Parts: sequence; structure tokens; C-alpha cells
Amino acid sequence: MKKLISLFYALVLFAGLTTVAKAADPIRIPVLNWSSQIVTAHVMKQAWEEMGYDVELVPAESATRYEAVRVGELHVAHETWQSTMAKPMYEAMDKGGLIDAGSHPAPTLEDMGVPQWVIDENLCPGLPSWEALKSDECVANFATPDSEGKGRWLEGPYEWHTDVMPNRLKGLGLDDKWMVKFAGSADALWAELAAAKKEGRGTVIFNWTPNFTDAEGFVFIEFPPFFQGCRMEDGGSVETTGCGSPIGWLKKAAHIKFPITHPSAYKFYTKMEFTSGNIGEMANYVDNGGMTHAEAATAYIANNRDQIDLFMK
Amino acid sequence: MDKNYLDTVRNSKPTQFGILLVLFFALYHLVPHNDGNYFWRLPSLLKGIPLAINNVIFSALYDWFPLKVWDPIFEMYEEKAAFREFTKAVSQGLLFLITFVRELLLGGDKIIDVFVNDAWLKENDWLSWPALPWTAGAVGAFILGYQLNGFRLGLLGGIGAVYIAIFGNWVPSIQTLSFVLITTPICFVLGLSFGIWGYLDKKVETALQPVLNVMQTMPQFAYLVPIIALFGLGDHAGSIATIIIATPPMIRNTILGLKRISPEVVEAGLMSGCTKSQLLFKVLIPTARRDILNGVNTVIMQCLAMVVIASFVGAKGLGLNLKIALNSLKIGKAAEAGLCIVIIAVILDRFTKAWANKPVDYFENLTLFQRHRSLIIFATAILVFSIIAFIANGYFDKINYLYIIPIEKGLTIAHYIDAGVDWVWDTFFYTLNTFNKFLLTQVLGPMKKAYLGMPVISTFTLAMGVAYIVGGLRTGLIVGGMLLFIALSEYWDRALITMYMATFAVLMASLNGIIVGSIFSQTERGSRFILSVCDFFETFPSFVYLIPVIFLFNITDTSVLIAAIIYATVPATRYTVWGLKSVPLSLHEAGTMSGVSRMQRWTNIEIPIAFPTIMLGVNQTVVFSLQMVILGALIGTEDLGQIIFGALSRTKDGAGVALTLGVFVSLIAISVDVIVRKWAEDRKKALGLL
Repeated sequence: MKKLISLFYALVLFAGLTTVAKAADPIRIPVLNWSSQIVTAHVMKQAWEEMGYDVELVPAESATRYEAVRVGELHVAHETWQSTMAKPMYEAMDKGGLIDAGSHPAPTLEDMGVPQWVIDENLCPGLPSWEALKSDECVANFATPDSEGKGRWLEGPYEWHTDVMPNRLKGLGLDDKWMVKFAGSADALWAELAAAKKEGRGTVIFNWTPNFTDAEGFVFIEFPPFFQGCRMEDGGSVETTGCGSPIGWLKKAAHIKFPITHPSAYKFYTKMEFTSGNIGEMANYVDNGGMTHAEAATAYIANNRDQIDLFMK
Repeated sequence: MDKNYLDTVRNSKPTQFGILLVLFFALYHLVPHNDGNYFWRLPSLLKGIPLAINNVIFSALYDWFPLKVWDPIFEMYEEKAAFREFTKAVSQGLLFLITFVRELLLGGDKIIDVFVNDAWLKENDWLSWPALPWTAGAVGAFILGYQLNGFRLGLLGGIGAVYIAIFGNWVPSIQTLSFVLITTPICFVLGLSFGIWGYLDKKVETALQPVLNVMQTMPQFAYLVPIIALFGLGDHAGSIATIIIATPPMIRNTILGLKRISPEVVEAGLMSGCTKSQLLFKVLIPTARRDILNGVNTVIMQCLAMVVIASFVGAKGLGLNLKIALNSLKIGKAAEAGLCIVIIAVILDRFTKAWANKPVDYFENLTLFQRHRSLIIFATAILVFSIIAFIANGYFDKINYLYIIPIEKGLTIAHYIDAGVDWVWDTFFYTLNTFNKFLLTQVLGPMKKAYLGMPVISTFTLAMGVAYIVGGLRTGLIVGGMLLFIALSEYWDRALITMYMATFAVLMASLNGIIVGSIFSQTERGSRFILSVCDFFETFPSFVYLIPVIFLFNITDTSVLIAAIIYATVPATRYTVWGLKSVPLSLHEAGTMSGVSRMQRWTNIEIPIAFPTIMLGVNQTVVFSLQMVILGALIGTEDLGQIIFGALSRTKDGAGVALTLGVFVSLIAISVDVIVRKWAEDRKKALGLL
């Protein structure tokens, strides 16, 4: 036992000494828990390895990774969605250490909507226009046991957009007919989608595009158009807060030293621009093609060699 | 008459509880519900605490004791706080160790990379440590088991390893194993050191108690954010999160084991002329060996129970695979990963138990070969299987199945599990849906309203009153003080929702546990069976059933509560079985002779005698329920858990908020613990069991 313990201490000491001396880092990419993000991470890994870099994939959480990028624990945060992740990204930028490495050309939309079958079965006649939500027969189809007779909007976790959706209901004058329930995680949203489909029940959930749900069909509700300052937290009033979501960006963030430590990888990173089609293709290999994330990345690179070569130049 | 009446009150606990209830309801209905009224809600005087904690953490990390550190990239000196450099060194050391074990088993060149020049390594890409073929790994597991407790244990180890390998989970399982193999020794060393210190110094032991209580009852998610801030992301961060929860049982076991040593042993040691350290290391610790090794066993189980949560801060392995599978609703795949965690847990559990019970042979006199027989056999096995795998390289064109079976090529039962979930849905959904509607509108809804409509004065009257009646003035004040801390924050309403869910879960889980435990403990075989089921559910990651409950019960409080009840039934069942087994046989016989029926014996003899033990199980149920209710935030709740989870994305004050709310949950659990423990102790004394 004593030998074991002293061996253990020796190892710790040794580890401390050797690892500190090492200067050249592998590039660390965060891996989150949705397909397109993981496949993109693998695409970057394989491309950078081809360019001669060491790359490491690190499991991380969507919001906390910005702090990790800021202090240099991670080098990149490559899929940053405007409406859910802009806040932690800019907070990290305020503290210093995180830089914006450009956007993907994919326009993103994150809003409330219904799965295609809700439209097909005409559970709420008049959708996707939001005015359809006013009718009582529509409301009845979306009520749940804990919604006290109102229809239910299933919003993402509260910290994603805090009070935007409850305020929107108020602004549209729908708050006596609809209520907002906050799901705890993205997993819970997909579980609700699957459960509602099985049961053939109507559901209004928060979703985004590009996403794997695009394959099965998802229809976003058309709300009054967004304009700068319409939301409560941007100085809007009850009259204007009924506005929908803006078309958002999909950004790439990086650690401030990344351009110096790994210059060609950084160049690749700034040139790397994926369209909605590209992202959909990556997610589709995994979600419907049954490949592993690494295989999907290899398949994507093989299929889009020209594009990757262009990024590498 | 008057005096008589007072005496009755003084001596009769039921009367006291009756008066307390009347008082509680009177206050409940009389206190007006308005925010200015301090009897209704206390002002949030302690609002600033989370931000203050946060500022301390960040100042320590970035401002205090600045060191000038040369930055080779920007070629200038940078100011870095000493504390951050320290946490960085700890992280790197840990990460090195985990990677070391991982590469030893799975191969790679990261460790070699530490020793040699980067450029040189790139030119010589043959330089890489080879992976252990899974066949050799399985033989290793068999030999280890055989060595510890004979053929049957060897078989368990071997079959477990083969199962994991042919189902394609070899790589993530070894990743998880390497995580456990490094975390456990650290917990062991820390636990042993603090345990010995606590044993030697009574003051230290007293000081340790509350700290250990908080560490063990705090929801794990509460300290993930501070850990990310302090140590970053990666396997090391997961390891540190695990150390926090797994070290306390090691400390407790060490103290317990050392205290149980009879004074004769110490005297014998002193008479043989031991020095202080000889007495400790040669006499006391070997004597307490069994308790200490039981502590190691608990540590390993805790490590495996934390695997999924550790993956939230960057640990690789089964936990991460499980999380990713769940995100695309692949329940079968997630359950398979969960099953591997259970298999590893069972093997390690049996191995450490066998090791704890293995007597030390002081008189063995063996030749060199005999002493190292198993090592030699293992080395030969590695050699033989590596050669076979190497030769087979020519036979398999792409994937060498004798080396490592990748996950997508392994056998799978995932679709059967998915089909099973579908079947449950098809068969029971509509019945369950009706039940769900009833439960939500008739029971849970009103219960939640009742809790939220409770004036703060009546909550305190009830909690402190119960504590006072059970344990006296001191207990009452302790409980009141702890609750006051929560009541003075802005999260009291959320704490009430947490309490409402926990109360329901505890009631149901205890009821289930007592019934199930009683039924199965009728026979020896039954109790063994149900105890293994308990072991299964304790290490099987609860995340796996969070998603199927959403299918069945929608995103409602019911889903959260069902998950909590499943998980929290485990300790209630286990303690019921233990309690009933401890009822002396002579009492059974006495009962039978007086002509009681089976049912009468259960209600009038067994349950009353076993009840103090069962209550300790209920005590554990409270902790388990709270953990799951907090985890229920993943489904969607409006309680403390929602904020604790949300804190993961609050960069500004996330660490402080999560820690503060985590402590709140701890305080709720500890309040119950204080009362129940005192009650069980008194009751055991009254029954003559102590």
C-alpha cells in the first residue's frame, strides 16, 4: 500500500513538472450534444490534422464554453447561435480574451412553431399565421393537464430568452388563451415532439433551423415582423412586444491567441463558411444515415473536397 | 387539574404534535398574503451573497497575488494570479494521470509526446504505444478475479469484459475505467488523511461533520459551474467534481473503522514498543482494514454514479456517449451505455469486496514463480493475444475485431430496448394519461398551491416545532437557523416548490420501499435479489429514464416526480430489508407462540422494531429525492433546480448563484436529517436496540 501511495505522489509531481514545460498545444475544439455541431467539430479536426496540427475534442456545454474559450481552455466555439448564445459570447468578449472570427452564411431562425402533421391534420386552421391562435377550437387542441384550460407553448429553458415569449403572448393579446411552459433542456423539446407525434396531439414548441427536425417538416408561426427595439428588454412596449424573432446569425468565436499560436488553422477557421444545406447534410448523415460523427465528417469532406480545399488555401 | 393538564402535555408527544398542528393551521389561515408583511415573506436581506461569492472566486482567479508570467506567444510578461496558476497545475497533473492510464490500455502517443520533441515525434509516427487487445483485457479481468476470490469471481470479470467488448463499448468503457482508476486513489488518500486527522483530533472531527454533510447532500450540478471557472473543462474537471462527492464516505469510514478498534489492540501495539507512526500504520490501519476498504468500495460506486454528470464538464467515456445518444432520443443506445456502467460497477464492487475480505497470509513462503504466477500468466496472455491480433491484421481488411470492436460494429440490443419503450407506450399510454390528468389537477396542483400559500411564519413554526418536540431546544434552533438562511434570500418561493416536490417523492418512495422491502425480505433469496436490484438502480444512470418518462407523462411535474420516486425508492427498500433482517429470531418465535397471524406479526412486531432503521432509509430517501428533483430541471421545473441549471450559462454570476442554491438544497436535506437522526436514536434506545 505504502509503495502504491509513494508511486502515486511521484507520478503527480512528475506530471506537474513535465506538462508545465510543454508549450505547443493541441487545438482544442468543444463537442456539444447536437449532431451538426459534433460533425462540424470532426470536420475541423480532420481538416486541421491534414494540415499537420494536433487536435483534441473536448466535451463541453453550450453556454459555459465561452468562458473556456476566453481563458484559453478551448480555442474555438464554432457554432454560436444568435438568440441563445449571443449573450454569454458577448459577456466573455467584455471580459477580454474572446474574438469574433466571422459568421457562417446560413441564416438562422429560432422561433415558436408546429410540426408538419399539426398543419396536415388541421388542428389549428389558419396556421402558420399567428392570428389562427385566437380561435378557441385551436386553443383546445393545445391544452395540457397543467395548463388550466389554456393552450400551451413549450419554450426552451428559461435562461435562453427569459421573458420574451410570455411578453409576446401579452403583446399579441393572447395571454388569456395561451400560457408558456419552459422545458428544461433541448432533449426535453425533442422528447415532446416525438411524444406529441405518437399521440397525434397538437403542440407548439420552440425550435430552430437549420436543425435535424427540418427533415420531418417543421413550420414556424408567422408573427408580426421583428424590428430593432420591439422587445421589452430593448425598450419596447406592450404594443410592440408581439413581434417575431429576427433572422439571426451563426457565428464563430475564437480565443484571442489562436491566430498567433496556430496561424493557418485560424485562417482556415475564418474562411470556413457553411450554408444551411451544408449543415443539414452533416446532421443528416448521423440522424438519418446511421453513421458515427467521425464517419459523417469523413463522408462530408469526401463529398465537398473543393469547398474544404478552398478553406485550406 | 390545571397542573395535571400541563403534565399531560409535557409527557405526551402526540398531544404536543396536535397543538403544533393547530397552531400551524391557525397561522396559515390568519396571516394575510401581502408582500410587505414579514410574517408572510421575509425581506431578501441576503440577496447579495451569490454575487459576493462570485467576486471572491473571480478575484482569486484573476486579481489576487499576481505573478509575472512570461508569455512565449505574445512575447511579454503577463500578470497572472497565483491561485489560477495553482489550479492550472492541479488540472494538468490530473489530466496527465488520467491520460497515462488511458493510453496504457488504449494506446496513443500523447504520453510519449510529453517526453520527446514534437517535430521528432511527427517524423517518427511509428512511435506510439499499442492498445491492449480486448481479448487480453478480458483475460486480465479473469485472472484478477480468480486471484481475489476464486473461479466464480474470475468468470464474472471475464464475462463482463467480453460483453463490453463485443457490444462495441470497449473504448468508452476503458475511458471511464481510467477515470475511475485515477479518481479513486485520490479520494482514498484524501479520505484516509482527513479520516486519521479526524480520529486523532476530536475538534477536527466536529469541524468536519457539517462540511461533509454539505458535500454529500449538495446537488452535483451546483458545483459544476465553479469547477469550470476554477479548473476548466476536461476529464480532470469531471474527476474533481467526483472527488467532492466521493471523498466524504471515505473519511467517515476511516473514522468509523479506527474508532471501532478495541483498546487492547492499541495496548498490544504500545507494549511491543511501537512509535506513534508505527502504531498508526502498522497496527491501527491494518486492523481497520475492512472498514477502510468498504470506504474504497463506496468511493468506486460514487465515481461510477457520477460518470454522466462528469461528462457535463468534459469527461470522456460512457457518460458522454450516453448524453449524446439521449439528445437524439436514442434511448436504447443510451441504456446500453448505462448497462456498461452498471457492469463495470458490479465487477469493481465484487472485486473490492473480495479484496476487503481476503485474509492476509503472514506465513506464506513461496518461490518467485509462485508469487508472481498470475502476473506471468497475464503477461503471456498479452503477448499471445497481441500476436494473434497482429496476424489477424492480414485477415480483416479494415477493422481488426480481435483488437478493438468499434461501437457501430458491435452487437446491439438497442432496438429491442426501443421496441420495449414503444410497447410500454402503446399499452399503457392512455391509462397513464388519465392517471396523469387526475394526479396533476387533483393532487399535485392543489399541493403546490398549498405550499406556495404557506406564510413563512407557519413554515418556521412547523419545522422548528417538530425539531423542538423531537430533539429539544438546540435542534429546534439549528433547524430554524438553516431555514432562515433560505428565507432571507430571494429564492424562498422556489425553495417551497422544491420542498413540495421532494415531500411528494419522499412519501411515495418511502411507501413503495417499505412495501417492496417487506415483501421481498420474507425469504433469504428474495432479500438478496431485491438488494441486487437496488445496486442496479443506484449505479444505472437516472438520465436514461428522464426521457421515457417525458413520453409517458409529458413535460409536467409528474414526469419529474416519477423519475424521483424510482430513484429514491432504492434506499427506502434497502434499509427496510436491513431493518427487517435485524429483527431477532426469538421475537418472531415469541410472536408465533402467542398465536399472531402473519399480518399481525408484520404490523405489530417486525415493523415497530425495524422502524428506526427504516427511518434512516427514509432519511436517505430525502437526499435522493432532492437530487432527482433538482435533476428534473432537465425536464422542466420552476424550482431551485431550474436556476441551478440556468447558472451553467450565466457567465457573470453563475458560479455564485449555483453554489448558494446548492447550499440551500443541502440545508433542506440536513434539516430533515437532524430531526430524523435524533428521533431514530431515541427510538432505538427506547426499544433497547442500542
